Amino acid sequence: MCCLGRIETGTMLRHNSAERGGRGKTTVIELENVAYSYGGGELLTDITLTVQPGSFHFLTGPSGSGKTTFLKLCYGALQATSGHVRLFNRDVRGLGRDDVAVLRRKVGVVHQDCQFLDHLPVEENVALPLAVSGQDAGGDDANLKELLAWVGLTARADALPPELSGGERQRAALARAVIMSPEVILADEPTGNIDWEMSQRLLTLLVELNRMGKTILVATHDLGLIRAAKAQVQTRVLRISNRRLQTAGADL
Amino acid sequence: MKFDFRSTAQMLRFDEKADRVVPPTGFTARLTLFSAFAMAFLAVFALALSMAAGRVAERWGEELAQSSTLRISAPAGEVAAQTDAALRVLRTTPGIIDARALTLEEQRALLAPWFGDDLPIDDLPLPQLIDISETEDGFDAAGLRLRLAAEAPGAVLDDHARWRQPLIEAATRLRVLGWASILLITAATAAMVTLAANAALAANAQVIAVLRLVGAKDTYIASAFVRRFALRALTGGAFGTLTGIIALFVIPSSSDAAGFLTGLTIQGVGWVWVVLIPPLTGLVALIATRFAAGRVLEELA
Ligand SMILES: Nc1ncnc2c1ncn2[C@@H]1O[C@H](COP(=O)(O)OP(=O)(O)OP(=O)(O)O)[C@@H](O)[C@H]1O
Ligand SMILES: [Mg+2]
Repeated sequence: MCCLGRIETGTMLRHNSAERGGRGKTTVIELENVAYSYGGGELLTDITLTVQPGSFHFLTGPSGSGKTTFLKLCYGALQATSGHVRLFNRDVRGLGRDDVAVLRRKVGVVHQDCQFLDHLPVEENVALPLAVSGQDAGGDDANLKELLAWVGLTARADALPPELSGGERQRAALARAVIMSPEVILADEPTGNIDWEMSQRLLTLLVELNRMGKTILVATHDLGLIRAAKAQVQTRVLRISNRRLQTAGADL
Repeated sequence: MKFDFRSTAQMLRFDEKADRVVPPTGFTARLTLFSAFAMAFLAVFALALSMAAGRVAERWGEELAQSSTLRISAPAGEVAAQTDAALRVLRTTPGIIDARALTLEEQRALLAPWFGDDLPIDDLPLPQLIDISETEDGFDAAGLRLRLAAEAPGAVLDDHARWRQPLIEAATRLRVLGWASILLITAATAAMVTLAANAALAANAQVIAVLRLVGAKDTYIASAFVRRFALRALTGGAFGTLTGIIALFVIPSSSDAAGFLTGLTIQGVGWVWVVLIPPLTGLVALIATRFAAGRVLEELA
């Protein structure tokens, strides 16, 4: 069902960014002395990180340590209290809502709670980023079908999101995150509520995307997932602890 | 929020997919449809009232302004002399085109409706009536009265001004009231659509959040709502207008004499306004929803 090694998948993602050689000076995500606090106090502090194109990062940390918040800072859903967050070399501070919207089309996000439009079938939910960006041409149907097959949801294309299992929701969310062929995929607990076998399938999809040149950042506290990934691809593991970002040791 | 006409116009582009992203909402749909229906219905009447009042004011003004009557009440022996004197005065008065003493037959015809044909008119001490046609600008009634008082003391000038002016004023005011009602109806429509749109937007906060997550701009989100509400208002407005027109036709129309009430019809260019009611209802809904969406999207940001 999952299509490891299916080269055609590359054609589906429109401009296959396999030019890994061209990494050069553009960084995908850059955080510089970022701090984030809210009413309850400071959640993240002094975070500096550069995510290079084509890299595969894991972000771990205890529940409530701020992983989701960290990702939100990365895609402009939250503004850092201090410091700078740059996406594709653009400071997200001071971006208008329309600019943020356009940015989100370049960053595929798999949300922790995989929010969908519950009244629309899976197929339309997956194609939603195309629709809202006005790229919803009829010719894309083939790509959409291919993408649904890639995440193994062809048979569930017409189901409504509330009818999906946890794993199916996660895969639908991943399909929706990559349909715009983004350079970066941010996934928040993509294997949060699914069994081991299903999370292996999901990981395989992520690894496959990474091999196609996509930059991947996965927040998870599933250490098994991280170990499994390390066996397949070169990854870097970051950990949030005590409000700071650390590079996790070799124990993983 | 600034009102951007170009982006609003773009919002009207038919986009079936975009309309589907907002789940159908029965309650606000019915509310908008009904308000638009009721308001368009009322607008037809306000329009008819306004135009009927306008017609009445115009007709009365025209009919009455250009004719006056002189009445000579004098002892039997002096009537003829005073009539001649009055006619002389009238014919030399600027602003008067013609003055003509009514014949006995004409006076009989005037009285017949009240007293019957067999009135022994010759035996009655009737005043002599003189019909005056005046120019559009009219004559100086006060000056004329002074001259008549000297030449024909029994002459009484009735220039209709005393009673025609208040009537015309009333009709004019009625017309203004009609237009004011239309303005109020428009404002009420906008208010109700705003409420309905606000309810729909609030109920769909989750949908709006998802759309934003996948990179929808505010214009896109707003347009899904704007199109929907404009379309509903247009539909409701069309039915309301149609019902209003039918209702107008149901009022029995009789001759002119029955006057104002039966004159509650749409005529001539009035139809242009009536035909404009549904699209204007849609436009009002569009603008109201556009502003409501702008505000809510700002709040949800
Ligand atoms: N704007 C805010 N207002 C109030 N609380 C906030 C805000 N932002 C973050 N928090 C709190 O900060 C903490 C970190 O939240 P976050 O979702 O980032 O953690 P997490 O690492 O993703 O946790 P989990 O592993 O359970 O998903 C939570 O306790 C959350 O309630
Ligand atoms: Mg989280």
